Amino acid sequence: MSVNLEEAAEHPAVAVDIETRPLGRDRTLKILFGILIFVVAIALPFVTKSFFVFQVTMVMIYAIAILGLNLLTGFNGQFSLGHAAFYAIGAYTAAILMDKAGISYVWTLPVAGIVCFVFGFLFGLPALRLEGIYLALATFALSVATPQILKLSPLEHWTGGVQGIVIMKPDAPFGLPLNQDQWLYFFTLIVTAIMFWMASNMLRSRTGRAMMAIRDNPIASRSMGVNNSLYKATTFGISATYTGIAGALGAIVVQFVAPDSFTVVLSIALLVGLVVGGVGWIPGAFFGGLFVLFVPNIAESISKGLSGAFYGLILMLLVFIMPTGVAGFLALIRHKVLRRGA
Amino acid sequence: MELFVQQVIAGISTGSIYACVALAIVMIYVAIGHLNFAQGEMAMFSTFIAWQLITWGVPYWVAFFLTIAISFVAGIVIERVIFKPLDNAPILSHVVMFIALLTIITSAAGFIWDFSIKTFPSPFGSAPLFGSSLISAHQAGMMVVTLILLLALFFFFRYTRVGLALRASADNPVSARLVGIRVSWMIALGWGLATAIGAVAGMMVAPVVFLEPNMMLGILTYGFAGAVLGGLSSPGGAVLGGFIVGVVENLAGTFIPVIGGELKLTIALCIIILVLVLKPGGLFGRATIQRV
Repeated sequence: MSVNLEEAAEHPAVAVDIETRPLGRDRTLKILFGILIFVVAIALPFVTKSFFVFQVTMVMIYAIAILGLNLLTGFNGQFSLGHAAFYAIGAYTAAILMDKAGISYVWTLPVAGIVCFVFGFLFGLPALRLEGIYLALATFALSVATPQILKLSPLEHWTGGVQGIVIMKPDAPFGLPLNQDQWLYFFTLIVTAIMFWMASNMLRSRTGRAMMAIRDNPIASRSMGVNNSLYKATTFGISATYTGIAGALGAIVVQFVAPDSFTVVLSIALLVGLVVGGVGWIPGAFFGGLFVLFVPNIAESISKGLSGAFYGLILMLLVFIMPTGVAGFLALIRHKVLRRGA
Repeated sequence: MELFVQQVIAGISTGSIYACVALAIVMIYVAIGHLNFAQGEMAMFSTFIAWQLITWGVPYWVAFFLTIAISFVAGIVIERVIFKPLDNAPILSHVVMFIALLTIITSAAGFIWDFSIKTFPSPFGSAPLFGSSLISAHQAGMMVVTLILLLALFFFFRYTRVGLALRASADNPVSARLVGIRVSWMIALGWGLATAIGAVAGMMVAPVVFLEPNMMLGILTYGFAGAVLGGLSSPGGAVLGGFIVGVVENLAGTFIPVIGGELKLTIALCIIILVLVLKPGGLFGRATIQRV
């Protein structure tokens, strides 16, 4: 297996085979996992503290954002260090709609998705000409510039400038016996389930296959009649849609948006989450979300002054120990167990 | 018109900052084919070392060269310890590693020297040059240093065996190894040189922007813009690109309303995207041609 992983580092297509199915093709295993996760997810907000419920809600939100990035990087082979920009656009769209137009929070999500799709698609057009490190560079500049654009004075009437916008926390509808945190948890859970279901369906469709074909071999895919440019720009748009909807959810849950929450640090955190979870494995996004939310806290609990250093060290260790993320790690364990059984 | 000339000159002097940083970026790109996102923070750390030495009473120029030497060694050590084991890892692992390096360095600098803003001395003094208010002696000195650095690099790459070996191993690692060049050490050497140049850039920038752990993020972005504009594989182009970015930034800030001080980083973003889309090789870089 170690040989396989090394091989995987050199041949992305092999890596994908290992990583996208770390649990294998065993259906019963999958169904068992599914039932377990479903039960835990429903029971969780009733047995834990309010703050923990909030944290798990944030994990799901980050997972949606990371899934967006995964669609772009893992399945289409384009980099982005700029997804904080789309997260910010989604968050601001939701906040402005709720604050200025008084629209219900539920309807801000599709609007945020559409707005982000347009922005993502438009950014995807120049990105067509860029590859690898160049695309990382352009998107890096995008996310460095984002807070400044949000603070821009002509937009201040809408964005609230440096102060940002404060929004109200929604109550549970239909008189459900849930407090606000619990309701937001279930709301996010439903959205997350829909988003992940749509993503895995899309990847199994003609569109998804075209996306992956472009990643594996752009020339071959073009000669098979795939319109590379259109698909790549559209993928950028879809990826931005996911991240933007995550941003809108984030704004609703945190009840606050401000320019300095959407710096390059957030972009980096999303990318790190993607790599930690496993590039090209959809459920990896949840592990990424856990990492993004909890590891900085762990680092801080080790040492307050040096928390950044410990965060960096944990990151380095992960790259060395699990170069293919949680996905590769699970695949490795499964192979070991199977070999012993056989 | 006078305002225009004034702003152009002011732009050139800020441009020399970007030129310095762009040079370090190009150096590492030529050596390893990646952009080092931790470059700015590494330069910041070197500058703190220089500051510490000067605070301990070491004369400026001794501290200057000592810092360059320390940075050179540190760059090689970082490559040997962290990046050599990742030789064949996918590009994403490298990017994550750069990010890890960045957070470690920033956090360590903040821990050792705290986050308060410090002044950094200039060897050239801060008096206006020739009594004119357009450009200060330090900015003029910074330009001279950048040009000396550029010239030294040119001679190094053009007329020394090591420079040639470095270029060869970047261009075609397999063939370079076959003619007896130690490619892996050449990469380490590239890291050392890039870190040393970054140290020079940091020490030149610090008197202007003041010393603190986050001083380089904005400057690094402009440095990227300069390097991309000039062509990532061309040191001379990077320096020119840095100057152009400085001038464009200043002119846009003065003559286009709204942009002013608020949107300066957006200019860097626009420059990067425009150049990459219209002329991906930059002004002086080679266009990369892929064999299929």
